[in-house]
Amino acid sequence: MNAPADIRAWLVEQEHKELLRFITCGSVDDGKSTLIGRLLYETKQIFDDQLAALEADSKRHGTQGQKIDYALLVDGLSAEREQGITIDVAYRFFASEKRKFIVADTPGHEQYTRNMVTGASTADVAVLLVDARKGVLTQTRRHSYLAKLVGIRHLVVAVTKMDLVDYDQSAFDAVVADYRSFAEQIGIGDWIAIPVSGLNGDNVVRASEAMPWYSGPALLDHLDVVPLEASADAEKPFRMPVQWVNRPNQNFRGFAGRIASGAVSPGAEVRILPFGRVSRVDRVASADGDLDGAVAGQSITITLADEVDCSRGDVIVDAHDPPQSADQFEATIVWMAEDELLPGRGYWMKLGTQTVTATVQAPKYEVNVNTLEHLAAQTLGLNGIGVAEIATDRDIVFESYDDNKALGGFILIDKLTNATVACGMIHFALRRSLNIHRQHLDVSRETHAQLKGQRPAVLWFTGLSGAGKSTIANLVEKKLVARGRHTFLLDGDNVRHGLNRDLGFTEADRIENIRRVGEVARLMTDAGLIVLTAFISPFRAEREMVRKMLPEGEFIEVFVDTALEEAERRDEKGLYAKARAGELQNFTGIDSPYEAPEAPEIRIDTTQLTAEQAADAIVEELDKRR
Amino acid sequence: MKQLTHLDRLEAESIHIMRETVAEADKPVMLYSIGKDSAVMLHLAKKAFYPAPLPFPLLHVDTTWKFRDMYALRDKVAAEPGIQLIVYKNPEAESRGINPFDHGSLHTDMWKTEGLKQALDKYAFDAAFGGARRDEEKSRAKERIFSFRDRNHRWDPKRQRPELWSLYNVRKNRGESIRVFPLSNWTELDVWQYILREKIEIVPLYFAAERPTVEREGLVLMVDDERMRLNDGEAVVSRKVRFRTLGCYPLSGAIDSEAVTVEDIVAEMLASTTSERQGRAIDRDAGAASMEKKKQEGYF
Repeated sequence: MNAPADIRAWLVEQEHKELLRFITCGSVDDGKSTLIGRLLYETKQIFDDQLAALEADSKRHGTQGQKIDYALLVDGLSAEREQGITIDVAYRFFASEKRKFIVADTPGHEQYTRNMVTGASTADVAVLLVDARKGVLTQTRRHSYLAKLVGIRHLVVAVTKMDLVDYDQSAFDAVVADYRSFAEQIGIGDWIAIPVSGLNGDNVVRASEAMPWYSGPALLDHLDVVPLEASADAEKPFRMPVQWVNRPNQNFRGFAGRIASGAVSPGAEVRILPFGRVSRVDRVASADGDLDGAVAGQSITITLADEVDCSRGDVIVDAHDPPQSADQFEATIVWMAEDELLPGRGYWMKLGTQTVTATVQAPKYEVNVNTLEHLAAQTLGLNGIGVAEIATDRDIVFESYDDNKALGGFILIDKLTNATVACGMIHFALRRSLNIHRQHLDVSRETHAQLKGQRPAVLWFTGLSGAGKSTIANLVEKKLVARGRHTFLLDGDNVRHGLNRDLGFTEADRIENIRRVGEVARLMTDAGLIVLTAFISPFRAEREMVRKMLPEGEFIEVFVDTALEEAERRDEKGLYAKARAGELQNFTGIDSPYEAPEAPEIRIDTTQLTAEQAADAIVEELDKRR
Repeated sequence: MKQLTHLDRLEAESIHIMRETVAEADKPVMLYSIGKDSAVMLHLAKKAFYPAPLPFPLLHVDTTWKFRDMYALRDKVAAEPGIQLIVYKNPEAESRGINPFDHGSLHTDMWKTEGLKQALDKYAFDAAFGGARRDEEKSRAKERIFSFRDRNHRWDPKRQRPELWSLYNVRKNRGESIRVFPLSNWTELDVWQYILREKIEIVPLYFAAERPTVEREGLVLMVDDERMRLNDGEAVVSRKVRFRTLGCYPLSGAIDSEAVTVEDIVAEMLASTTSERQGRAIDRDAGAASMEKKKQEGYF
């Protein structure tokens, strides 16, 4: 690299560089790594010591004989080097005279859809690689679809390995014609095709002499002028999800966040959602002195003119052009985990700085990413993409993903493993959640409860099969009735044979079983009853789901704690013996897990207390809560 | 309307990452290694939480073998209002007198890798900011911004969480801790440009000066104090040198240089033909895969 003569002038120029992020899609076979290696090499990102290491590596692992194998520059982990594949998203950096570039390098293998979606989520541009000898493949279509799905508006079709087809124009034209009809079919408007050779550098950073018939820009020239996504965001109405409340002392209360769209300046009228209070921006505070204003993409701290309630998860927006709030949506979901989607289970949903519990319905359909056909589906597996309805446990502030990626894109997190299991893009809120207010009842749940002279509650008994849940619950109900309480006991016998007759014992069915029981229990508490339920309910997530359905303090988790060995020893119904013999599948404790409560309201150790004593203890505890 | 430059965007992204961590982690800490990347990270943190003091302490995992200039800057930073600095030294390394002359790679392993693990466990920090950048090294290029470590502080590259948009999943399982890299998307040039733009104070060793040096195994080492052992035939020579990266002085290679300002450094860097980590003895242990291996063992 040569140092510019006037370093100060050069640095000033550098300060005004823009930042463009792009993703490259294709497999190693398409010459992707070679192309990226070439970009890094030509823009002087590779140093002598790295080049020396590369030459040594090329001889050992390379696929180019005595030539330098640029692909080895970008295949990072040693595991991959041995397998000769790229297994994850890697980020590379280089710069032209005009822009700094961040490249997300993602693999083309089908099983890695999630990696491409990950890399594409932050990209302005997608560069699709098409081998000139092979033409547009299924994989090309898949990558185009995924790029469009995550909202990339500009596509580049880089027709690679032109050197291997003797720089023949007809090979290039054939790819272009093929791709054009596909692009029209799925509605990709802005795309350009460029014939390149990564190996020899043709049309990568400068026009190729070998292809005089091509008059378009070289790849880097094109990347220098593609419009940036960020410029479009700045034109939209103001939205800032609140990340953190900055309150060092009595005199300062600032709201810190990154502007998702639009601009803000002191005096601007804002609304704080979902609550809806209106205020004015007082200051845009910064360590370098107050700012006159700020735009999309900046991380700022603002203060408001009024003492309004505002915390992490709220969104500060343009008072005159606010987004919507809702709790039911239609969205596209990309499933990213080995464990498939469990419809009805509660997942954490993170959208902007809001984190809520969300349940996903069985998909309306799954998309075959190769044929783009819609298929019927009950669930989504790893790399599955589908459209489904989602319900959240409270209103969230959102916009459609097409309008605003920051308020329309979300991730789903498994509540047990804390893994990121899916990402999604909101299409719209369902009408029923936006417009219809719940039926107002003149006879309220308080009325029902007062009439019965009691505080409603759900005593949720959980524990292994044979732990003693039903026995104790029955005793508790008898004691409560003796004290004039209005109660109802829900257990496997009266639910499994009626309401939940259609459900089996798979994980998904067990979740649905508990969800229905939870809903019924909730309706009964609305009617003022004290409800007792006796279900194994092995999954923590589902018990938490029911807890969330009920008003604070009305869900009382009773953990009937009996060790597996003890329950198995009692085995009153002979079920453990059957499960051990393999005659019963998905039996809790044997081949299906039981997740013990972490902080139950009541814990009963059945090796210490008789059923009578346990029931007394529970009634006593309930009395305390009246 | 204000047009954001690439430095503005990098700054905003780093601040966003730090705020997410502070909002969601139980007990965050910032690893402070006194180098230029740490200096940039600290500067960004001050901006992120202004006017509040830093909502987390700084942690220096000391090896007792840093340059004297580094300790001087560290102590100056620690004296600033609103800064809490914790210095941690692995007691076993201290009692056994582990040093870079007698113990080879064990020196880095015990003082840095083990020392860091011990410090994080001792104070129960669940999220630690580090100044690593993806452009430094190949395995870093694949690491997430929020990088999870199991209870033994090991990194599993195959079990990384996907990171979409700027939505970071900060939820951790019991025993897990998080390394957070707010400078992931910065390059060495970005760091220098930012230091220049923001007038950030850095250790003077980054600038060229006449310094007492010896040449050993291709590295130019600085004789920073009387503990430096000279081999037979080695003589201390005064040379005008500077450092591109800083660590333990007996392990940090200097380069001949005339650069006395940040502008000079950038000019030299643009003309340079070797990468930044080249002056570090640590990467040479096991060939190309050495950093990846170290990280799986719990190195930052």
